[in-house]
Amino acid sequence: MNFERIKEKLNILADAAKYDVSCASSGSSRTNTNKGLGNSTGMGICHSYTEDGRCVSLLKILLTNHCIFDCAYCVSRRTNDIKRAAFKVQEVVDLTINFYRRNYIEGLFLSSGIFKDPDHTMERLIRVAKKLREEENFNGYIHLKSIPGCSDELMYEAGLYADRLSINIEIPTVSGLKLLAPEKDHKDFIQPMNKVKNEIIRYNNERKIIKNTPKYAPAGQSTQMIVGATGESDKDVMYSATYYYKKYSMKRVYYSGYVPVLEDNRLPAIGSQVPMLRENRLYQTDWLLRFYGFAVNEILNDDYPNLDMDIDPKLSWALRNMHLFPVDINNADKRLLARIPGLGMKSVHKIIHARKFRKLNWEHLKKIGVALNRAKYFMVCDSREWERKDREPSKIKGLILQNSASKFRNQISNQLSLFN
Amino acid sequence: MMNQTTLIYDGSFNGFLTCVFQAFDEKLKLVAIQKNKQVQNELFSESTTVFTNIEQAKRVWTGIRNKSFNAISTIYFAYLSENEGVEMMLYTYIKKLMAKRGTQVDFSDETILYIHQLAKKVGREKHRVEAFVRFQLTKDQIYFANIEPDFDVLPLISKHFKNRYADQQWLIYDAKRNYGIFYNLDGVEIVSLDIKELHYNRTQQSNVFTSGEYAYQELWNNYFKSTNIKSRINRKLHTQHVPKRYWKYLSEKKEAV
Repeated sequence: MNFERIKEKLNILADAAKYDVSCASSGSSRTNTNKGLGNSTGMGICHSYTEDGRCVSLLKILLTNHCIFDCAYCVSRRTNDIKRAAFKVQEVVDLTINFYRRNYIEGLFLSSGIFKDPDHTMERLIRVAKKLREEENFNGYIHLKSIPGCSDELMYEAGLYADRLSINIEIPTVSGLKLLAPEKDHKDFIQPMNKVKNEIIRYNNERKIIKNTPKYAPAGQSTQMIVGATGESDKDVMYSATYYYKKYSMKRVYYSGYVPVLEDNRLPAIGSQVPMLRENRLYQTDWLLRFYGFAVNEILNDDYPNLDMDIDPKLSWALRNMHLFPVDINNADKRLLARIPGLGMKSVHKIIHARKFRKLNWEHLKKIGVALNRAKYFMVCDSREWERKDREPSKIKGLILQNSASKFRNQISNQLSLFN
Repeated sequence: MMNQTTLIYDGSFNGFLTCVFQAFDEKLKLVAIQKNKQVQNELFSESTTVFTNIEQAKRVWTGIRNKSFNAISTIYFAYLSENEGVEMMLYTYIKKLMAKRGTQVDFSDETILYIHQLAKKVGREKHRVEAFVRFQLTKDQIYFANIEPDFDVLPLISKHFKNRYADQQWLIYDAKRNYGIFYNLDGVEIVSLDIKELHYNRTQQSNVFTSGEYAYQELWNNYFKSTNIKSRINRKLHTQHVPKRYWKYLSEKKEAV
């Protein structure tokens, strides 16, 4: 192995792969069979974190950054003048195994630029996964990218070796896609997604009859959207995310604040701020939809097409629906508890257990870990002291902001207009 | 009035369970349960030394398990925190557990909340150690790692590593508590070594490890660097996820230490 050459390739191809946010290694379960190498349990492990605070759980690389496409948002676009490199199949296998044995990673995340044609590229990705599974007896996590426009047969094969398959739609709106990636067709993304979804359903049905049906993409599918590149509203983003969650049973949709990497008049200029706060608010909304029982049109609709930047989406929803509050913490059902700002699902769980024993007061809630500075305006408990004043929503918002120190405060105050 | 008693045990988990058994059995009025290494005499109580009895420990163990399956791991995790006075808190916790009906947990009770939060802390440490162990390949083909965890988590992580690295010999050594676990391709055994030097990060290369080892460390460090997005830098979040006390053994933090 030519060490210096490998090092150079690794630098180029890891650098090009880093804009993919997904680094999940959870949701799969493979046991280690016949004293082989590795396993994956339901929960993922982050083995390290980059200095920007993102989890490093998989060896995330491109097979190559040669690409025949010219998408405006992508570093590896054809017309961009950068160093190009390509790994051999065996090189990727060796790197993965040796990193894995040292407990650096949970597995491999393999993506690629599209060289020659989609099928050719996908076939090469599958070859890596197959080699790991069959020759190295590797049971760790493998995340493969589905290449837009590749054939159904290859997608079928990919699912047999990979734990998760993902295809990034990148641009939430069809019109945005036309603008930034005119060579790509929206249905090229949909077709592999659909194939994988159908196969997962088929395999799950077969498993009900035949217990030892082999695994097919046990950790499901995910996708990613770039936010802040085409001027789309939060409503556009979340409605299309909901569509993918429902229609293609996505495990996750990731939101990636656009990092300007190229000079292009269709995109934000280089040096403009990455919309990290907006990204954060989108993830909060995503969680509300998936775990807190909110429907997307409650949070975002034609009247409120964008999320508030200075307060979280749940609080913002609550302020618009003051008629539902205050909630009595000692009686309300789980669904209603989950809607109180400042209460997470863990607190909800603890409250439901604890209130069987005694009526809870502020002291109890504080110890349980409820964020009372937000929650106190929306609930009553076993105490004679509660917020009696019938305050205006804007007043409550002001009081909450006054008494909290958001880590995003600098960004928020920049965004507020001078005369508001 | 019944005398107040302090129980002294050998410092093992089974020893602790035996104490619990005897306290229940003889209806003792306990004021403390202490490890024999750190005995402090109480002024107004008698101390009794308890000898570990596996039978009795097992009865307590199954008794708790029949009551609640979750409680048993909560108790074990909290015990491994080695916090001062945790034994007495656990004893109260077990008493409350045995007295109640149903499966609900009373999170408004101080002792119960405390034990749950303690168990959570230990669980977090276990998870971190599973993530931050960095094996280095020695010349005799053993993957070796040093750790210095806050809590005694080796008994908790052994299963994870055994299942995962079934085809390689490995050794994880707790430098703080001076014992380690070694997997010899068949099973895991507890070892204590006379380690003269700790293998933490430094530029000087040790001749204990293979030359390929340092090559892979360099590749990993390079990977770590190139996967960082400079325009999103957030050091605070970084150290929150990877606290500085672990950096010593993380090869990707070699330059930072």
